[in-house]
Amino acid sequence: MNAVPMSHGLILGGILFALGVAGLLMRRNLLLILVSIEVMLNGAGVAFVAAGSCWAQPDGQIMFLFILAAAAAEVSVALALLVRFYRMRGTLDADAVRGLGE
Amino acid sequence: MSGPMEAAFYVAAVVAVVSTILAITRLVAVHALLYLIVSFLGVAVVFYTMGAPLVATLEVIIYAGAILVLFLFVVMMMNLGTRDRERERQWLSGAAWLGPALLSAILLAEVIYLIVSGATSGAVAANIGSKDVALALYGPYMIGVELASMLLLGAVVGATHLSKAEARP
Repeated sequence: MNAVPMSHGLILGGILFALGVAGLLMRRNLLLILVSIEVMLNGAGVAFVAAGSCWAQPDGQIMFLFILAAAAAEVSVALALLVRFYRMRGTLDADAVRGLGE
Repeated sequence: MSGPMEAAFYVAAVVAVVSTILAITRLVAVHALLYLIVSFLGVAVVFYTMGAPLVATLEVIIYAGAILVLFLFVVMMMNLGTRDRERERQWLSGAAWLGPALLSAILLAEVIYLIVSGATSGAVAANIGSKDVALALYGPYMIGVELASMLLLGAVVGATHLSKAEARP
């Protein structure tokens, strides 16, 4: 029987979330910003599954399924916007998005 | 008592963290996405060792299979070249990454301190199969399933509209 402490699972989720935050702040490429958001959602999912598995309840896995659905919806809309923005401006610079209302 | 599942957890966790670090620092978008696939596969192994085989399967199929393929298709549509690599190098050079990395490390240290000093003393030992998850999902969480389906429908309509409006002059 495996005996991984729940705190190690939570710490792994925290590390992944912090890496996502760092990537979100340090990248200027819009595509890599979306990738960082995916990493953050994944870290939150790891924490949910670790906690749900610790208390032997399926609720943690169900929350991960909802995170999965939200991530899929967010990515599809965000990538459609991204392609449209790239066709319009020819760049993926996040600083160029400030003129979207023009 | 260091069983093989426990060792697999730590190995997969290290693989996931290292590949995520590589993913958020690559200059070429395709390399970042490939490292992100490795990261998701590592997290899937972590899920399996934590006794969640259904979620591990879905992580591979949906995250690494569907969402990352969507990213890869978008990158292919954009024809990013060496010019973009040089620009990425300029964007990431110098102290542009130092401040965010430092602040995130401080926050992570606080979170780890709180987790370690807290009362979370349980062990991840339960093996929750797909039957338990399905019974809870289509029982008390039915409204959540309906809302998720409506969210996905809205996303489909939104993405279709955004890509179709482009065709008009």
